[in-house]
Amino acid sequence: MQEKSMVVSRRTVLNWIGVTAGAAAMYQAMTALSFAAESNHDRNFALSGAPKGTRVLILGAGLAGMTAAYELRKAGYQVKVLEFNARPGGRCWTLRGGDRFTELGGATQHCEFDKGLYLNPGPWRIPYHHHAVLDYCHKFGVALEPFVQVNYNAMVHSTKAFGGKPQRYREVQADFQGHVAELLSKAVNQHGLDQALTQEDRERLLEVMRKWGALDAGNSYKKSLETSLRRGFAIDDGGGLMPEAVPSEPMDCKALLDSNLWQSIASGQEYEYQSSIFQPVGGMDMIAQAFQKQVNDLIHYNAKVTRIQQNDTGVTVTYQNSDGSGGLQQEQAHWCVCTLPLSILGQLPIDVSAPMMSAIRAVPYESSVKIGLQFKRRFWEQDEHIYGGISYTDTPISKISYPSTDYGKQGKGVLLGAYIWGPNAYEFTAMSPKMRVQKAVEYGAQIHPQYPSEFENGIAVGWHRVPWTNGCYGLWTPETRQQHYKNLCQIDGRIVLAGEHASYIPAWMEGAILSSQDAIKRLHTHIIASAKAA
Amino acid sequence: MRTTFTIATLLSLLASTSVLAEETPMLSTSGKFDQPSGEALFNQVCQGCHMAEGQGSHGAGAYPALATNQKLGAKVYPVYMVSSGQGGMPGFKKYMDDQQIASVVNYVRTHFGNQYADSVTVEDVRAVTQR
Repeated sequence: MQEKSMVVSRRTVLNWIGVTAGAAAMYQAMTALSFAAESNHDRNFALSGAPKGTRVLILGAGLAGMTAAYELRKAGYQVKVLEFNARPGGRCWTLRGGDRFTELGGATQHCEFDKGLYLNPGPWRIPYHHHAVLDYCHKFGVALEPFVQVNYNAMVHSTKAFGGKPQRYREVQADFQGHVAELLSKAVNQHGLDQALTQEDRERLLEVMRKWGALDAGNSYKKSLETSLRRGFAIDDGGGLMPEAVPSEPMDCKALLDSNLWQSIASGQEYEYQSSIFQPVGGMDMIAQAFQKQVNDLIHYNAKVTRIQQNDTGVTVTYQNSDGSGGLQQEQAHWCVCTLPLSILGQLPIDVSAPMMSAIRAVPYESSVKIGLQFKRRFWEQDEHIYGGISYTDTPISKISYPSTDYGKQGKGVLLGAYIWGPNAYEFTAMSPKMRVQKAVEYGAQIHPQYPSEFENGIAVGWHRVPWTNGCYGLWTPETRQQHYKNLCQIDGRIVLAGEHASYIPAWMEGAILSSQDAIKRLHTHIIASAKAA
Repeated sequence: MRTTFTIATLLSLLASTSVLAEETPMLSTSGKFDQPSGEALFNQVCQGCHMAEGQGSHGAGAYPALATNQKLGAKVYPVYMVSSGQGGMPGFKKYMDDQQIASVVNYVRTHFGNQYADSVTVEDVRAVTQR
């Protein structure tokens, strides 16, 4: 019976292989949507020789704005930055105990985390190939530590499989690989691949499958020392007169395929999540603070831009205090680098050409929610031996990520209790902050039963409620890229735009910095040429 | 214990439906919005930006108020906005079917100080979404 159910068509097998090859397929799709493009960073980036007395006004003190401020001042420009918030960094942002966050609509959350604990509501990891971010980190002395993306001992959870009981990533990964290897071996032995492969290839493939999938000599994936060396033991080896190791029982192939849990195990294979991947020690805003040390004297905080005008000789930007107090003020410069999110910029009166205006208005902003939860103790380490990494669930919270730092520390701990996209992100955004946290605890308890008794407090950021971005990031499509992207990136009179929205690496800090470097390089070249012509 | 107390307190103090909805949000599980009614869609989706009474909000930019909004008078306008989006607002065509779009537009056009008698039909929505 078991044997009969294993008789599968070649097409079915190849279909399954296609599923395991999800990372590659996903990568192609992501590239088409311009997600996974590699950073194109010039390590020796530097501008010099600004025409004397040339003033550049930068709008926004996020990473794009501060990159522009740092590099343009070094090049000899007179630089000033207007920033809506009372702090630099924009979405490069960390919430710690004592911080207060008021979202659109007026709800205010007071972060009650213990000292040293934090949530990065925005970017939280740096791939090793995001060279521009890493180079500024190295240059400014930002300490980095490994971010654990894949944890084989974390959980994968489906409410519809295995009675809703979370499974270990390790077991799902090993069993899926083993079962697929066994199926492929069967397909070979049943002559399913005779047309595609020579006899020699088939033998080699069988040998590879035995090694790759931990199969036995008969090409079967079953309970054994070998499979337990992948999926873990029922009882681990010990010393002295401790019990001997006992192998563990693999999951049933059909039950595993039906569970869909294997869908979660490919994400760590994606280019952006492959080891090594980093985080700043102490919170993502360590990067913002490092930039701030370089350019703080240039930044005018609490300035809400209300109008951007330009003519043949310069740029005039009107602004007011972010809290609405005081009257309108103006700042003038010869040139302007505008890094405001398009969701904000698209609402302002701005003198730019029709094509650029269309581009500014063509990019909707994505919804996303992150929730940080503080617990009385690091039970995920103490009870479940999960040190960093991510658990996946089909409940609305989507992911739980454990801190990649301070392992084994006594006392309280903060984990990322939800990282939500899609319809559930809108639904969480529409809740009160308190309800968001409550729901995150409810859903998380399905994976960790310790939640209700260990939970202390939480903070929830729905990006559509963030007052300075109205959303998470600029959501391009292949069609809108085709129609508008180049228009968005042009120097329009005396204005050039920069930010993650003006990059092919949307939502990532690398996109913001590379966009800024490219914009100011072109602007600088243009300014030099204009000065010579005049 | 604290949660129980909070819910009990809220229930006794406030009988408004929006507060009740806030206390028992049903979340979508299909990868699209599962809410069938305009009211539920408004409370669980639109409210995120346009706020509980459709009053909108202001920060570095703004979310426009839907309350007493004359632009809603031309029914094709909200249908287009919800299905296709505009500027920073995403379109919801991929997450809502035409009936849901009609329902939520009808809800907004008859609440928050809006009193437009001409209902939006599924056919009206289909003319915009072209599906």
